This record gives sequence, structure tokens and C-alpha cells, in this order.
Amino acid sequence: MAAPLTLLLIVAVTIRAVLFRSSWAELISERVEVVSPLNAWKRVVEGLALLDLGVSPYSGDVFHEVSLSLIHFLFKSILGSDGITAVALYLSIQTYNKNVFRKQKYALESDRYPADCLELLRSPKEMFYIPLKVAMFYLLNPFTILSCVAKSTCGLNNAIIALFILCTLKGSALLSGILLALATYQSIYPLTLFAPALLFFLQRLYIPVNLRRSSFWFFTLQYAFIYVGSLVVITGLSFFLLGSWDFIPSVYGFIFSVPDLTPNIGLFWYFFAEMFEHFRLFFICVFQINVFFYTIPLSIKLKEHPVFLIFMQIAIISIFKSYPTVGDVALYMAFLPAWSHLYRFLRNIFLVSCVLLACSALFPVLWHLWIYAGSANSNFYYAITLLFNFGQILLVSDYFYAYLRREHHLTHGLYLKKKDGTEATLVLK
Amino acid sequence: MAAHRCGLSLVCILIFSSLAHPSSCDTLEKANDNTAEKRSISEVNTDGSVAGEALNERQWQSTDAEVDRSDSTTHSEALTPAAARDEFQEELVIRPLHSGDIYASFQFRTLWDTDFLQEGQKVSHYRLFPKSLGQVLSKFSVRELHISFTQGFWRTMQWGQPFIPSPPGAELWVWFHDTVSDVDGNWKELTNVLSGIFCASLNFIDLTNTVQPSASFKPLGLGNATDHRFLRYATLPREIVCTENLTPWKKLLPCGSKAGLAVLMKSEKLFHSSFHSQAVHIRPICQDEQCSSKAWELRQTLNVVFDLHTSGQGKKEWSLFKMFSRTLTEACPLASSSKVYVDITDNPEGELFELSPATPLLGQAVVLGDRRTYSVYDLSRAETFGQLRSFNLLLRWKGDSGDMLRPLLHAERYVAGFGLQTGEIHTVIYNNHPYRAFPVLLMDSVPWYLQLYIHTLTVTSKSRDNKPSYIHYQPAKDRHRPHLLEMLIQLPPHSMTEVTVQFERALLKWTEYTPDPNHDLTSIVPVKEESSYFVRVYTEPLLVNLPTPDFSMPYNVICLTCTVVAVGYGSFYNLLTRTFQVDEPSPPLSKRLANLIRRMRGVPLLT
Repeated sequence: MAAPLTLLLIVAVTIRAVLFRSSWAELISERVEVVSPLNAWKRVVEGLALLDLGVSPYSGDVFHEVSLSLIHFLFKSILGSDGITAVALYLSIQTYNKNVFRKQKYALESDRYPADCLELLRSPKEMFYIPLKVAMFYLLNPFTILSCVAKSTCGLNNAIIALFILCTLKGSALLSGILLALATYQSIYPLTLFAPALLFFLQRLYIPVNLRRSSFWFFTLQYAFIYVGSLVVITGLSFFLLGSWDFIPSVYGFIFSVPDLTPNIGLFWYFFAEMFEHFRLFFICVFQINVFFYTIPLSIKLKEHPVFLIFMQIAIISIFKSYPTVGDVALYMAFLPAWSHLYRFLRNIFLVSCVLLACSALFPVLWHLWIYAGSANSNFYYAITLLFNFGQILLVSDYFYAYLRREHHLTHGLYLKKKDGTEATLVLK
Repeated sequence: MAAHRCGLSLVCILIFSSLAHPSSCDTLEKANDNTAEKRSISEVNTDGSVAGEALNERQWQSTDAEVDRSDSTTHSEALTPAAARDEFQEELVIRPLHSGDIYASFQFRTLWDTDFLQEGQKVSHYRLFPKSLGQVLSKFSVRELHISFTQGFWRTMQWGQPFIPSPPGAELWVWFHDTVSDVDGNWKELTNVLSGIFCASLNFIDLTNTVQPSASFKPLGLGNATDHRFLRYATLPREIVCTENLTPWKKLLPCGSKAGLAVLMKSEKLFHSSFHSQAVHIRPICQDEQCSSKAWELRQTLNVVFDLHTSGQGKKEWSLFKMFSRTLTEACPLASSSKVYVDITDNPEGELFELSPATPLLGQAVVLGDRRTYSVYDLSRAETFGQLRSFNLLLRWKGDSGDMLRPLLHAERYVAGFGLQTGEIHTVIYNNHPYRAFPVLLMDSVPWYLQLYIHTLTVTSKSRDNKPSYIHYQPAKDRHRPHLLEMLIQLPPHSMTEVTVQFERALLKWTEYTPDPNHDLTSIVPVKEESSYFVRVYTEPLLVNLPTPDFSMPYNVICLTCTVVAVGYGSFYNLLTRTFQVDEPSPPLSKRLANLIRRMRGVPLLT
């Protein structure tokens, strides 16, 4: 498998290199869909220029990146971060598939599946190429390519999350906690990934999720300690490097209070540009809580399936976060091949794909009409962001539906019958 | 698209240094002082004390000082008499411009021999000094106050340098006393009070358009404290100046508009002009040469440029009556000196224009290294008014005007780029001097909604990179603070220097746009450029379009976005709370009815 992966990496690097050299690179790096105030490379350069002038980069409102020094050292690696992400996703999905296959084998041996569910089971043959497909979905996704060519620091974020997933699936609680802390430190939202990671470790160690069991609490506290401890250490380190706490309001305050209304693909910008002043705080709270809100119910519903829960969380973050870019979308889309076995239960995948494709094409068109041609106004661009987010929501909830439905069939049989013996339809009640 | 404007009128200040109290002044003051003194040309007593501050100044001033010295021998009026407790002087300088326009510059100077910033001293007696301003000065511990209201843009290329530079709109800069602890609080209150005194919208000055320049502004009066924490500077390029600002300004004069030169200020004439600028400058100065006692100087200036050529039916001639629809009949009785000067430098033999009544009095002064000759009319002498008891100055052009004087320093700026996303501010500074290089301090204050990228800053002279020797940059904070950029650039001789910096336009909240933003009326970017020797130059207003949201649909947007969020919430909620069940259709109505009857009859039910 290493050979195809290497080939894939070479192809991906070639595409990026060609785009870098082309005159498109500058155009792409200005696109609001690709870069946000949080992760624009231009702002990183500005931050460095400010440091050169002896001005704290956080004293202004240009720079909101938390780990300036980190990026300073890693700045070459932004280009390599896509490769790291892809390899990490490849290895994680490989590990995940092994786990899934082992579990499926045990269940089959203990005869837990209904007889007619055999066609729902996953064969090693089809699972063999999934990791490669995942890596391919990430590396060759136009969204990732654009994001990488724009040198958006979103790539770094994705790499850290992918490494976190890899460490989690490999069972290393320490590394997983540290990487999760790093991801949280960068953009706060990955905080919600704590729950799936914890569930995964509990499941892996055969600790039942039972609030009365001391072993449950012991492990939870242990993992939480690793996480919080590394978060404190990282934050403290950046305090000592920067010499002030300026970065806290400048980064996290900026993420939470959404002062910059530059258009992006998310839901926040136009909503808060048009919001009545006295409702602003209320709606900011509502919208930010919305991102974190799904964590607990989803963890309860999907407590047996932490990896799918990770996917759901990443998707929800990238839809509802305050400054989303296409790089965030690309990360959760990379997981879609891993759920290819759900394909038969998806209800409106065709519609959703059409919507997402059409929106991706319309973003630059309507932007041009609004900003350059002056023949359209902001509503046009806003409409397309609405539709894009609607499509994403439909996509994620469709996968959620399909996953739940497959689980239902795996316990109750695929061909359900009504009482009178005729073919039954499944409904949500 | 919202537009913002940076105001910029060009003004050159006179160079020469006939300060009454030169010892305590520092460089910039001197420059500006000259402006003041320039008007009182015949009285100017030059001393070379200006030379010897900053390097660059030295060059200029030394040359000027020499010229001055030679001049001072020729005209020998005494130094401003000291020791008068309060003193008021008024003067009007008229300069026929080459373009055929007339530049009239009034200056009213009130000296007040008191120091109300001293601890425990309460001043309640006001004679010539306006009480409203005196109270403001003592209440807010103001050390120096400069305020100007300008309508129109000074065209340096056509008109040369003005006596006092001012940017379009309102400009206010204040040095507070260094005992002030809450400078921002004082500043806020002061702007609101001044807003009331001058009937102007100075109350719109807040933190988002106030800057603290580190090097561009020095105190012009006594004391050379340069701790810029006590300095506040703000411009309102959008301010419209009109009669309601002129009336309170006139009321500050000891004679009001009842007598003296101020009778000429009829607002319908003053505002029917190409350029109008009124200003108030207050600063502490020395009362005598030893600086043993301090005094406050209030200078009220009013500069107007009349375009009499177009309205004069093709005849190039003007008179006081034509300009102001008034003639002078007396000096202000409270004034210790009241004079009218006419610039006749370009007309030594009377070949260009003819001036009547002629005057035997001539004065000379050096303006920007340029020796000017003035006809002086002393209003305190009865013979000036002649037999008609009224003084109406008349000037008749004979031929075409001569060559235009090219200003030595000249600046312009514009926004480059297209679309509403990014852009580039270009500031072009011309040094027309054939062999001298000038250091220039460039100050730029850009509102926060234009996000400047300082790493894109380029300075090029003669197509070569010209690295600024000093850069002070303070990035903006959204909704709190504007960008402030100050640079020291060396302008090579006979060159054009271009400063460019890229910016990104922000989308604002719908309530933050100025009225009618789709029609280019907003003008918010004040730009100011300054050279620290003695010329201060403002660039023209800059209009920047901003992307706008659709102002008509806040409800729609709130509804639609909430709908999408609710769709997300709803579908997740649905999947989280419900379970899959086999859909058992309920039996048809007839069957249910039959079962009901069967149940009553006690018969087994149908299935």
C-alpha cells in the first residue's frame, strides 16, 4: 500500500507546486472562501512585519494566530502539512478498519447478526482501498488544494487534528491529549473532540460508561488531566514567549465575539452585519453555543461509535464555526470514503452533491458580481453561503441518518416485515 | 459603497523666525510662529535664533535668517511692544494669486498676560480674551489648542503655499498639561465642549479617529515637552463648515463683527468662495524676551480664496467691496494695531496690476525663501480712510498674470486598485527643489475599517527603494483605534517619491455606515502629511468605497440564517431523539368503526 500512497503524495505535491508557480497563487490567496481573518497567510506575514517594527502583533486587529513563534518555525511545513494530514488520516482509517473488521468477525462468530444482514457486512476487499481513498479525498480535494496554495494556516490545524485522530486510534492517550490541547489552543472549537476521544479510549480499555464505576472516573480524570495540563502548559509557554496575555483576547475573543465581518462561507458574517445592536450579544451566544451544543447528545447517541462521532463533530464545527474556510470543509469530507458502506441508505446524496458543486462554482461568480462588477449586491453572495451551509447540513445529517439506520438493520434485520407479512418501511418515531 | 475621504490641503508656513520669544520655542513652533508673524510683516524683527535645532531646519532657516537680517535693516518698526497687559492686533493680508483668484487672510491676535494653569489660581476677570475659551483652557488643563474648520481644498499647484495649512473639514489637536491623569477623558469632554462653542460636530471625535502622533506635532508655544501621551490629534474630513461655525467664531473677537476688520466677514460672501478656512490657535508664550512671565496667545485666523475672475464678467479686478460687500470705516478701537497688507511682490513697477489708493508704506518679509513686498495700510491712521471716511481697496489687473510659482514641496494621494476588496493607497510627494534633499515626516491616520498591511509598504524615489529612517506604526483595533503611520523619509532633490501601502476593506455592521453610503458622501480617512521643518502639507481628501450589506433586509437575513441553523438543529434533534420503527399503517376507518361496534357487542375484533 505504500507505493500508491507515495504516488498519490507525489501527484498532490506536483499539483500544488504547479499552482504555486502559476499566477493563480496570488488570486487564490485573496479569496475569502479560502482564507479567513484567522488563518490568512498575509496576516501571518503582517504579524511578522509588526514584530520586526517592534510592535506587538496582537496590539492591532490584523493578527489572530495564536502560535506565532510556532508558525515562524513551521512556516515551511504549512506546505507539508497536507501530506502529514493525508498520511495520518490514511493510517487512522487503516487502524479503524482493522478494528471494525475484528469486531465484525467476533459478532459474526457469536452469531449476533440477523441472517439477512450479511449483505450489510463489510468485506476486507472493499475495505482495503478505503484508507487510500481517504487520503486521496483529502489530497486531491480542490478545497484542500486551494487552501494549501493560499498558504492558509488551516492546513496546520487540519494536520494537528488528523494527528490527534491517529494517536487516539492507535491508543496513545498521552499523545492524543497533548495534540487535542494543541488543536484547542489553536482554534478553541476542537474542544468538543474531547468526548469522542474519551469514549474511544474507554471502549478500547473495555471500561463501561457507568457513572458509578470508579474505573470510569479514574480514566476520565486521567485523560482530562493530560488534556488540561498540556493546554495550561502550552498557554503558559506562549505567555512566556510573547511576554503578555494579549493573545487571549486577540485570538479567542476574536473567535467568540466575531468582530470581523469579512464575508466567508459561514453563517456568521452577514447575520451579524445585519443584526440589531441590542440583540447582538444574545445571538452571538446562541450561535456559539450551537457549535458546542451537539456534543453531549451526540456522545450519548453514538457512544458505541466514537470514530463516527469524531467525524460528526468535525463536520459540525466546520459548518457552524465563526470563521469557516473550505479547508475545514475538506477535512471532514476526507472521511466520506470511510462511510462508503452507508451509501445505500443515503436519501439525498445526489441533491446534496449537486448543491455543493453548484455553490462551489457560484461562490467566485457572485463574489465577482458583487465586489468587482457591482451588478449584484451582498445578498447574492449571502444566498449562496446559505445554500452551501444548507447542503452541508443535509450531507452530515444524511450520513448520520444512514449510520443509525444501518445500525438498526444490523440488530433487527435488513428486510423488515409488517405484522401482516408485507414489506415494511422504516420510519423515525 | 461607502466612501471615505482624507483631507488634504496644502499649506506652507513661512520660514522666518521673528518670534517674540524665540528662546523657548522649539522647531515646529517657530515654523508656525512665522506664519503668525508673517502677517505682521513690517513689524517683524528678525533674529537668527531659529537656526540650530534639527539638522534639516538649520539649512533652511539659516538661509532665511540671513535674508531676514538684511531685511530687518530696511524696515525698522519696533518690536511688538511688550508689557501691555492685554493686547489685541488685527491684520488682513491680501495676495493676488496668479490664477486670478484673490487670497485674503485675516489674523486676530489676542495676548493675555496671565497664567491660569498655575496651582490654586482662579481667573475670573476677562478683558479681551474670550471667557468661554479661557474657562475651557483652565478646566481641561489644556496647554495648547489648535482647531481649524475648512471648506474646500487648497490648490497648491495654482495658488502656491497658504499662510496656515489646514485639511478639509475639521482638525483639532491639543496638548494637555502633563498633570492631567485621564487624558482620554479630558479629551472627550473637551471635544464635546468645543463642539458646543463652535456649533460643529466635533462630538464625533472619539477613540476611533483620535491618534497620538509620536513625532509629527510638537507644542508650538512655551515648553518643549514632547511626551506624546499628552497630545491628541483628530480630523473630521466630513465636517461641513458654514455660517453656524463662523458666527460663534466671530463672537470670540473683542470687537465682534461690529468694528475693525471683522466687519468684512459677511457669511454669504465668505462662503461664496473657492476656499474657506477658519482657525483658532491658543498657546502659551513668553511675555518678554527674558521669558520672565507667561502670556496666552489666541490667534484667530480666517483664510478665503475668492474666484472673482469668473464672477467679474471677464474683468479682472477686485475691491474690498466686491469681495466682502463692505468697506472699512474704522479700526477696532480695542486693537493696538490694525493693518491691511497687499502682496505686490510680482508687481514692483506696477505693470501687472494697479492698486488704489496707493500707499507710501511698504513692508517686506521672507516667505519660504521668497522675498515678498507688501503695501501696508494702517487703519489706525485717519488718513487711510481719506475724505470719504471709508477705505475701499481697488486692484485692477493690467495684463495676464505671470508665471506660476511652483511649490517646492507638493503632495497628492489617491487610491489605486479596483473592486471593493483590496486597494492600495498611493501618496506621491514631489520635491521640486533642484539640488536640495529634504527630510519629510509623513503622517497617515487611516480608519480601522481599512485594514492596512504594513508589510506591503514601499517607498520609492526615482524608481529606487527609499528606506524610511524612522517608522512609527500603530495598528488599528476594530472599532477602537485608527491606524497611525509616521515615517521619516529623505526626499532626494528634484524627485517624486511614492509611498504605497495595501489595504483591505472591511464589511461593517449595517448601523456603522455613514448616512447614504452608496453615494460617496462619507469621508472618513484623514490623511496628514507633515514635514518637520517648516512646511506642513496636507493631501487631498481620499474617497474609498466600502462594500455594503443590503440595508433593507435585516429581518430577512435574521429569518433566513436562523432557518438554516434551525434546519441543522432540527434534523440533528430528530435523529437524536427518535428511533427507527416499522411503519404500521393504522387500519382504515371502516374497520376501526366495525371494531368499535364489535367491542361494544363483546364480539372478537377484526384483525
